[in-house]
Amino acid sequence: MTSVDFTHKAVEMIDVVKKFGDFTANDRISLTVHRGEVHALLGENGAGKTTLMNCLYGLYRPTEGSIRVNGQEVVISDPNVAIGHGIGMVHQHFKLVEPFTVAENIVLGLEPTKALGLLDLAEAQRQVAEISERYGLAVDPQARIEDISVGSQQRVEILKALYRGAEILILDEPTAVLTPREIKELITIIDNLTSEGKSIIIITHKLHEIKQVADYCTIIRRGKFIDRVEVDKVSEHELAAKMVGRDVSFSVTKNKVVRGDRALAIEQLVVRDNRSIAAVDRLDLELYHSEILGIAGVDGNGQSELVEALMGLRPVESGKVLLKEQDITNHTPRRMISDHRVCSIHEDRQKRGLVLEFDVAENLILETYGRAPFSHRGVLDHGEIYRFGDQCAENFDIRPRTTTQQAKALSGGNQQKVIIAREVSNNPDILIASQPTRGLDVGAIEYVHQALLEQRDKGKAVLLISFELDEIINVADRIAVIFEGRIIGIVDGAEADENRIGLLMAGGTA
Amino acid sequence: MSRLSVSLKEKFLNGALSITLMSVLFGFLLGGIIMLLAGFNPLEAYWVIIKGIFSRPKYVSYVIIYSTPLIITGLSVAFALRTGLFNIGAEGQYIMGALAAAAAGYYLKLPMVLHVLAAVGLAVLVAAFWGGLAGWFKARFGVNEVISTIMLNWTALYISNWAITIESFGRQGTGKTYAIQPSAHIDIVGQWKRTPEGIAFLREHPMLWDILKSPVNLGFIFALLLAALVWYILNKTTLGYELRAVGHNPQAAEAGGISVQRSMVVSMLIAGGLAGAAGAFQVLGVSHRIATLAIMEGYGFDGIAVSLIGNNSGPGCVFAGLLFGALKYGGSKIQDVMGAPTEVINIMIGIIIFFVAMPKLIRMILAYRKRREQS
Amino acid sequence: MESYVNDIAFIIGTTLMYSTPLVYAAVGGVITERSGIINIGLEGMMYFGAFVGAAVAYFTGDPWMGFLCAGLAGASLGLLHAIATVSFSAEQIVSGIAINFLGVGFALFISRLVFDGATQTLTVPNKIPLPLDFLFGEGKLFVSAGFMDLVFNRFATVYLAFLLVFVAWFVLYKTSLGMRLRAVGEHPEAADSLGISVFKIRYGAVIASGFLAGLGGAAMSIAVVSRFSNTLISGHGFIALAAMIFGKWKPQGALLACLIFGGAKGLEIFMGAKGVPIPSSLLATLPYILTIVILVGWVGRSQPPASIGKIFDKGEN
Repeated sequence: MTSVDFTHKAVEMIDVVKKFGDFTANDRISLTVHRGEVHALLGENGAGKTTLMNCLYGLYRPTEGSIRVNGQEVVISDPNVAIGHGIGMVHQHFKLVEPFTVAENIVLGLEPTKALGLLDLAEAQRQVAEISERYGLAVDPQARIEDISVGSQQRVEILKALYRGAEILILDEPTAVLTPREIKELITIIDNLTSEGKSIIIITHKLHEIKQVADYCTIIRRGKFIDRVEVDKVSEHELAAKMVGRDVSFSVTKNKVVRGDRALAIEQLVVRDNRSIAAVDRLDLELYHSEILGIAGVDGNGQSELVEALMGLRPVESGKVLLKEQDITNHTPRRMISDHRVCSIHEDRQKRGLVLEFDVAENLILETYGRAPFSHRGVLDHGEIYRFGDQCAENFDIRPRTTTQQAKALSGGNQQKVIIAREVSNNPDILIASQPTRGLDVGAIEYVHQALLEQRDKGKAVLLISFELDEIINVADRIAVIFEGRIIGIVDGAEADENRIGLLMAGGTA
Repeated sequence: MSRLSVSLKEKFLNGALSITLMSVLFGFLLGGIIMLLAGFNPLEAYWVIIKGIFSRPKYVSYVIIYSTPLIITGLSVAFALRTGLFNIGAEGQYIMGALAAAAAGYYLKLPMVLHVLAAVGLAVLVAAFWGGLAGWFKARFGVNEVISTIMLNWTALYISNWAITIESFGRQGTGKTYAIQPSAHIDIVGQWKRTPEGIAFLREHPMLWDILKSPVNLGFIFALLLAALVWYILNKTTLGYELRAVGHNPQAAEAGGISVQRSMVVSMLIAGGLAGAAGAFQVLGVSHRIATLAIMEGYGFDGIAVSLIGNNSGPGCVFAGLLFGALKYGGSKIQDVMGAPTEVINIMIGIIIFFVAMPKLIRMILAYRKRREQS
Repeated sequence: MESYVNDIAFIIGTTLMYSTPLVYAAVGGVITERSGIINIGLEGMMYFGAFVGAAVAYFTGDPWMGFLCAGLAGASLGLLHAIATVSFSAEQIVSGIAINFLGVGFALFISRLVFDGATQTLTVPNKIPLPLDFLFGEGKLFVSAGFMDLVFNRFATVYLAFLLVFVAWFVLYKTSLGMRLRAVGEHPEAADSLGISVFKIRYGAVIASGFLAGLGGAAMSIAVVSRFSNTLISGHGFIALAAMIFGKWKPQGALLACLIFGGAKGLEIFMGAKGVPIPSSLLATLPYILTIVILVGWVGRSQPPASIGKIFDKGEN
């Protein structure tokens, strides 16, 4: 925080406009970052943060407005130009070539070569080792990307930018995939970098992180510039209000409900991932009616594989899944849904949740098309299907109301409403929700949380899986922490302590 | 009813139909330019083609006969494609169907209608197996269906050629099989038109006579019925719903409880059966036998073109099949009349598919025109 | 004993002969698919190349000129495929189908124009030479029709094919160009964000694959045989495609797969010549069934380049 050099403007973006066809993603946004400053770019999902930074990095050309780097007006036509001006970017979804090594990924596009364009990989590894040491970013240059942790992958991304001589580093949602401990390490790295005179722009929607690391913060909402503030002078609450445009309370009002009977028991479950590694490793868990059980944990600790195994989408290698007393291990997805009444809101709504090319009504019957009233003896009843669709659109506030619209034409929040409408209408006993609020704006997030609580209040058993610890603490009645495929601690929601859960998430003992 | 008109309107606005029509236009335009470059008058060539299609009842009848197998193999390709599978194997499935129909038509002794049903049924079964095999390889072993169906095409071709060498089946030295029995024919008045009474009657009715000079048969009617069936299965049944869901997004379909593997096999079984029916109708209605194949006849490959031009729908395949059949038949005339290579038709078809593959380009052209009109 | 040795030499010789055209096309396939573009138009490219190679060799009398022009003919179709798939986000398989229609169409269209309405060329005056021919014969280093002659006295295209595999391997794995090309096929967004032009690399790769497939066609029409006919390239492009897949998208793997396929063909011809009591038509199915068996057996789930067939669109306008 002491390293900011106010005499030197590293980046100035002035009245930048970016349009995609008729849609204006950025509407006259300005941003100034000084040398040695950590600058946060705050906004909800879809506010236009990443678009703005893609303009700075040359992935998009701004429709209007100008950009200055170190006081010079520049035109950044592609990433090469950005790199030439000392700008580097770490994307939210890492852009790493999985089968390549760390060193290969870092030097790609700027490879040390000998005669005839012959690669000099030894030299590449030497250079990578050198910068990684200089900035305290520990990586193994010879390891393959697919074999290293998410935290290491992020360090590779940062090294990629530093290798190209970046003085200005853009980090897009850098903490989304990190454990609390890795976040601490990242903050140390950021301090190292700013003390060397580098400027950092962090794209985020997490308020407490801004308070932790940033000097200044620019807030944008729906593509428009809202404010630029000095972080020390505002509260988290004020930041939130500026981001959302109204006063928001992040705590959820919960009715008191008495926990019911046991709905599901998982015993010593082992499930292998696509690389045949035991992603779920002797996991035990019990789920009760009238409760929301939250599973906290960092991405990649077996959550996806657990859900897939519970839904019959991935084979269970050993262990048992018991519904009441019945063993339902490795039953087909159809049986899980129809016979055992287990429904799931999957983590990736575009991949698992929806057939984007189908219209809304067709998506609403994805699990029930084979039964009356939607079909009789294998023939669909379109009258019933669209009547049901219209009814769902009304009850679940799906916009637009026309259910002949393809699902891909809907916003993320409305796509999620379609899925929730489908799963809830199917009246399950057990509802699994994985990352149900990912990528949604605040209004939609509140809607989803309310829907889950309603299900709990109706006596259903709800399993909520999320990488956002705040969400779990707010919504869940009980919190189980998953680490490397095992539940390593269960705490009561009412007494949950963020630090303690954070420690568990990183594999520590509480 | 209102939903139907809405969906028709959407189709127009989304541009599926306008993209196809534009592509066909480009095909004719560029095909004309190529003929011009080669020193032929394209207008004359198109006139020859049009005359070759419409100027005599016989020609129209031939176009329909040419189109019949193309429509059905087109349906086969379209059906698989709706499940996300590229059935390059319609060719081999067609060959297997033709072989089975020729064998059943020759060996079985059955009364008339029954014989046809048995021959077509056997052809559909054998070809469905041939197609289903590729579906199973994909579902069970993850083998890319494009590769496996290509290999199955050649295997089918050589099996068919081998069968013709069997002594009781093939007429030795001719490279052909014995003709199937008349009880298995689906020709329309095929026998009667050669009897003295038939000839006498037809002399009085020259137009009918002209039509019956071509091997008129029931195949086209069956093709239309199959197109309707394909449309019905895909759009109105739970099976079609499952197959389309798998075609668009197998992971979501699986999560919804649909068995993706089963859908792949079922889809390829049906696609194979369709292509087999095409082969059967061709044998029972037109050729009445099969012959040794030096190379692929191309019905399956042309079916891919028909399916793509017909936007992978039942009705679309009928129109695209008729277009393709007409071009193939009418196009053969420019060789004799003008000495212009008939293969310009292949080039035109290639160009049409090329543009069908690029909806983005066509949308850009349409948008550009709109903008110019506005300003 | 002697006859067995010669039998083996005969099989090896025919294997090399039949594999070679496939090797060119399969290596072309490796290059384009490694950059992320599916090319099922290899067949049409080979077809057009085979015709142009034979036609040019016929008119100029120079087989090498024919060989080069065959490559250019294939490359021109590659350019079309690249325009569709790279610039206009075309469905890659559909565009490939179009290329197959165009390749056949152009070849036969031009053939009819210049060869008097025929769908085949006349016999070329000079085939691709046998570069080691001077070593064999009376009083030379090796006797003619001996083991060495049958195996090693091959057309220059055979040796070039092996050289090509080595060069392709070297470029793909040892040079920065190859590393960039592989990166583009695995993760185009990553390559793009590092300033590598996905556009240029993919154009280059698809055109190169067309060039190589064209050479493969000529290796058939002016080396294995001495003229183009409309039945010459019946399915070889598709077989090259299969070879590429079961060679796991590697030049050396594709070579091996082509040799296996050619070997099955060689065995088929040998058994036919020896009068083995299996009908020749059934023997002819051997290479195809073998391919399926190999795919089903152990290569089915091999991993293609991660971005293959996916449209890369920068989202700009």
